[in-house]
Amino acid sequence: MSVKEAEGQVSPPSDDRTPRRSGESHARGWRGVGWGFIVKLILVALVNAFGVMVVISAFRVESWFILGAMIVLVAAVDVVYFTRRALPLKYLLPGLIFLLAFQVFIFGYTAYIAFTNYGTGHAGTQEQAVEAALIQGERRVENSPTYPLAVVERGLGELGFAINDDGTVLVGSELEPLSEVGEMGAGAPTDVPGWTIVERSRLLSDQALQQTVIDLRVPVSDDPNDGSIRSRDGSSGAVYESTLVWDEQAQTITDTTDGTVYHATDRGSFVADDGSSLPAGWFVGVGFDNFVKIFTDPRLAEPLLLVAAWTFVFAILSVLVPFALGLLFALVFNDPRVRGRRVLRTLFILPYAFPVFLSALVFRGMFNAEFGVINDLFFFGANINWLGDPWLARFAVLFVNVWLSFPYWFLVCTGALQAIPTDALEAAEIDGAGRFRRFWSIILPLLLVSTAPLAIASFAVGFNNFTVIYLFNNGGPPIPGAPYGLGYTDILISAIYDISGVSGGAADFGLASALAIVVFIVVGVIAAISFRQTRRLEEFQ
Amino acid sequence: MSSQTATTTVPTKAGACRDRTRARRRRWLVEVGWKYLFAVVIVFYAAFPLVYTLSAALNPRGTLSAASGLFSSLSLDNFAGLADTRYWTWMGNSLIIAIVTSIGSVLMGAAAAYAFSRFRFSGRRASLSGLLIIQMFPQALAFIAIFLMLLALGEVIPALGFNSKIAIICIYFGGVLGANTFLLYGFFNTVPIEIDESAKIDGATHAQIFWRLIFPLVTPILAVVALLSFIATYSEFLISRIVLTSEDQWTLAVGMYGWVSDQLTANWGLFTAGAVLGAIPILVLTLLLQRYIVGGLTSGAVKG
Repeated sequence: MSVKEAEGQVSPPSDDRTPRRSGESHARGWRGVGWGFIVKLILVALVNAFGVMVVISAFRVESWFILGAMIVLVAAVDVVYFTRRALPLKYLLPGLIFLLAFQVFIFGYTAYIAFTNYGTGHAGTQEQAVEAALIQGERRVENSPTYPLAVVERGLGELGFAINDDGTVLVGSELEPLSEVGEMGAGAPTDVPGWTIVERSRLLSDQALQQTVIDLRVPVSDDPNDGSIRSRDGSSGAVYESTLVWDEQAQTITDTTDGTVYHATDRGSFVADDGSSLPAGWFVGVGFDNFVKIFTDPRLAEPLLLVAAWTFVFAILSVLVPFALGLLFALVFNDPRVRGRRVLRTLFILPYAFPVFLSALVFRGMFNAEFGVINDLFFFGANINWLGDPWLARFAVLFVNVWLSFPYWFLVCTGALQAIPTDALEAAEIDGAGRFRRFWSIILPLLLVSTAPLAIASFAVGFNNFTVIYLFNNGGPPIPGAPYGLGYTDILISAIYDISGVSGGAADFGLASALAIVVFIVVGVIAAISFRQTRRLEEFQ
Repeated sequence: MSSQTATTTVPTKAGACRDRTRARRRRWLVEVGWKYLFAVVIVFYAAFPLVYTLSAALNPRGTLSAASGLFSSLSLDNFAGLADTRYWTWMGNSLIIAIVTSIGSVLMGAAAAYAFSRFRFSGRRASLSGLLIIQMFPQALAFIAIFLMLLALGEVIPALGFNSKIAIICIYFGGVLGANTFLLYGFFNTVPIEIDESAKIDGATHAQIFWRLIFPLVTPILAVVALLSFIATYSEFLISRIVLTSEDQWTLAVGMYGWVSDQLTANWGLFTAGAVLGAIPILVLTLLLQRYIVGGLTSGAVKG
């Protein structure tokens, strides 16, 4: 839109708002709050309400980090939107909040995890690991008394047990050990101050509640070694004790059945002298261990090297081949004598208009060795194992990616070709430059100035093109003997996905994050170098 | 390329007229005619998988084999069969997530671009380059941290934990600001600042300038950015696969992957019918707006 048109649109709004006369005081210029202010008030009120809600529930589950972050966030919103200063921030804040929470923070968090052993068996604090270990070793105490018991409830579904211990009523919940609340005769407690008794009929009819009650453990005292009350039927309870004993002073867990002593190690697990360890561990910082493992553990380093090499080959070829094809098509059809170029262009870019995930899945079917159409139609029914052979699978996934992205380069190159000044070409032609000379010396350099940054960006996309790799063939076929199911067409990001175990199986978040950090660094270095190169290209222009 | 200027020495002999037309026709064949043949090859390459998908979708036997030839039997059974699956739920989820994400991210991007383009504040240059650096690192690489963060968030606010559309939209919001802001920032800078200044003299507030003056002027680029982010979100797989855990919350990408991940039990008839329908939103938008998309693409966005 031209400046004139733009200004034509501008003038109307200005006349219905009477401008403040110069010299008039700010108070006299006050013209009511205006609907804009009301909208702002409502929105900020909603943010505050949400913030209070989050703070309360964060307090309940003792998530101090989220609680703190939320307070800071709400305070920031209130300050920014109710002061006259910080004008730019009024516009930046919404995006900034999401950027900080879901991009900057998660990068930092990834870096942090990379230096820990976070993963299956190392997911919580040491305290949680001890508790988990003791629960796993829990048995009913032999000859222990059975107490009459009532299931009680308070607040928002917090369940507990009330027991009658020879006339003394004790009550407690999962988080609160038993404490005395009153006296009574024989039988299950009927009245527990501060708690409501859960009706037996409700207990019998509600399956989910029954399961919760069976899983509920109410500690007898603050010391986990004292065991806890559990109930099989919701009407009587008994003390269960772990056969494992936790000694906080010595940092050991002893198995009372056979006397094995498990020591807490600085690697976040309990290990006995004979090398056996308890399944429950906690997560600790492990320094550069994960990074060292990536490069030195031969079982991991060799497949990873293969994956890394393929990542580069895949990313580079995924730019070069479609670029070359797109440029070729653009050169050929950038010819006014060819009629119907608009129709042709629309047909050429069909792959680009097809969602990537669908293309990858469709090709997955088409390349299938047994019933795929590619073997059927183009190889006369031969049984070529496209997805099962390392080289064929690599070729196939490249083929798919080229198919997906040549239209993009065709569009970009067509645009860039049309922007090249014709006088330069004519001058070259008069000077006797042939077709190839003109292409290499004029068209290509000029074209690269505008397309090189796009090529870099699309290299970065190819480097992390999880969708195509994973949907097409899950990164397969598998490399024999490689851990975590790494395959021949896996690129680094899909390898990270396999290692992380977020889709199930044993998880190693620490190792996967370390690998992600390595990829971050690689991508960053490549981007930095190539942007410097592009700047040089621009100077060349 | 303009190569038609090759010299045409015409023999001035009588009766050479026929020779001349023949020569001209041969030259047309050499310089232009083959391009049509070439075009046929490219169109075949580009369109075959799509035509093939359509043919399989219309084939009631639900196989991907081409033994019986393309379009040998036509029926809408596969399309009708989609009603018995969760397909339409997934489609709805995909559309909701993609639409909300694209609208929200465009609003946030436009606001940020406005701030960078119109206000001069301390830390402006630093935050601009900060954004440029941040957007180079794909959010998808940090999926482990996203996974763990949702574990913690879900304990506090279930609506922001796993299996929530709100959660995934928030994650997408976090990832789009960088790239979008740069696309929009460049465009906002082309709107002359004199417009703002004259409105300011007339007593307009900054909010009025943003919503009533700038917004209408930048609508084309906003549409392009919204469209690109719609397309990207619609196709996103990794994060949706992690976040959306139950079948009724899946997006089309996650759901349809489930249909064909097991090659032996895969029902390709249903799948291809779903693919044909699932491609329509993007296909229509891309083809209608291809001119704008080219403009948007060349200013820096990439299909991912």
